[in-house]
Amino acid sequence: MSDASFLSPARCPEPSDGTPPVVCFSNVYISFLGPAVLADLSFTVAPQETRILLGPAGVGKSVLLKLAMGLLRPSHGSIRLLGNEVTAMTEEELFPLRARTGMVFQESALFDSLSVRDNVAYQLIQARVPDEEIDQRVREALRFVELERTFDMFPGDLSGGMKRRVAIARALIRQPELILYDSPTGGLDPVTSTTIIELVMKQRDVYRTPSIMVTHRVQDAFMLCTHRFDTGVGHMVPLPKGETDPNTTFLMLDQGRMIFDGSLHELLHTEDPFVREFLE
Amino acid sequence: MPSNTIDRTAKDIVFTVQEYSLFAWRALVNLFTPPRYWPDFLVQADIVGVGSAAIVLLSGFFTGGVLALQSSATLAQFGATAVTGRFVSITMIRELGPVLTGIMVAGRNASSMASELGSMVVTEQIDAMRALGVDPMRKLVTPRIASTIIMLMFLTIVADACGIFGGAAVTVFMNGQDATQYFSEAYEFLHYPDIIQGMVKPLFSGYIIASIGWTIQAVVTASVLIIFVDFLLTQILLTLFPPL
Repeated sequence: MSDASFLSPARCPEPSDGTPPVVCFSNVYISFLGPAVLADLSFTVAPQETRILLGPAGVGKSVLLKLAMGLLRPSHGSIRLLGNEVTAMTEEELFPLRARTGMVFQESALFDSLSVRDNVAYQLIQARVPDEEIDQRVREALRFVELERTFDMFPGDLSGGMKRRVAIARALIRQPELILYDSPTGGLDPVTSTTIIELVMKQRDVYRTPSIMVTHRVQDAFMLCTHRFDTGVGHMVPLPKGETDPNTTFLMLDQGRMIFDGSLHELLHTEDPFVREFLE
Repeated sequence: MPSNTIDRTAKDIVFTVQEYSLFAWRALVNLFTPPRYWPDFLVQADIVGVGSAAIVLLSGFFTGGVLALQSSATLAQFGATAVTGRFVSITMIRELGPVLTGIMVAGRNASSMASELGSMVVTEQIDAMRALGVDPMRKLVTPRIASTIIMLMFLTIVADACGIFGGAAVTVFMNGQDATQYFSEAYEFLHYPDIIQGMVKPLFSGYIIASIGWTIQAVVTASVLIIFVDFLLTQILLTLFPPL
């Protein structure tokens, strides 16, 4: 499974159980007036699946997420998002499709001039939802990330970790059909990183929303795979020894190409020298 | 290779013009199609209009005063100081009011628009807006263009009025002439084509400020374009409405 030559179907494969993938990349290629940033990229995200995208900095992980949302256009190839061919849609057609998904940006990308309430409620305000309902739903979303007290604060008043958590609340408020996390723990201290990973896990295990999480921190990826969120005790607990979350799988990029697509077990036993070096 | 450099530079220029044309066209079309973000329009109208009122008021007043000072000295040679009011009002309303207001508003707002957008791009706020299903063109650009055009018209009226009062202050208190005569001249010889000429220009200046305001060197480019377009418009409007 770890050889890229096995990962290049001409178009999105037909699912064996009849359930279409949430995201499907097929032979995607993109360059910015130079060498390819991503080349011959093919993979899928199944319903309820969490895909962890590993790779060193500058390898095109964020570009891949932006391609999935239609924020960037591939030079060629096919990208299907929630059953829609993103590459064939206009910017105007993409807005309602993007509204069905959530994205957590690398630096949170909160709107500086808006309060936390207005940031989290951004989509609801645009949809002209009544204020009372907005307040209630924002408090619910902030409670999910344990930041209800920041309701009236501004992004400038928050720490880096708090901004990420608010960004997660903003991405979750409309219960999206897919969530994309762009290095949600990047630049954070280990304790705050664990808090963020626990939130990603909570979202995965409570709402079962499919997601792609970009990271270059192997420890975060392994924690997500070897733990589950226990709603009874309200925090994450380790899975029994030897067990991993079956719906959490790995992708790995190197020099713009997919060099690995498989489970944690396959990742740990791959012979690919780059993957082994990265993991070590 | 120099030819490669020339080739690349030419392509860059054509590409920039193409990008600006598409941007300006989309911004214009968005003015007439929903969704419209009225609260954003009001916020921008406050920033651009109310925020620029003081500088426009002062610059208009002193420009009118200078016009009166300079013109009366020349007019005195022909014994025609009585027409100072006419000179000041027509010059302010047809030319200096719209152009000076445009340049003042560009200086105050164009660079802040450019830095605001630049900051939003760098911090991925524009991408976040798109990811949240909101069109940044409609949300950020269109309200600024609409508010700048509309508020520039009102600011031009303020500048015109202040300029006429500035001229009056100089004429009455420094040159010792009669205020009634000044205002009578300023009003009697003012015709609708003069007003139309003065009110058409802010439409173009406002559009230039808000659309160029998203680029680097926004103030310089906007100011030069305002004066250039003013020249073209003056020629066109003088053909349409010949001086009486």
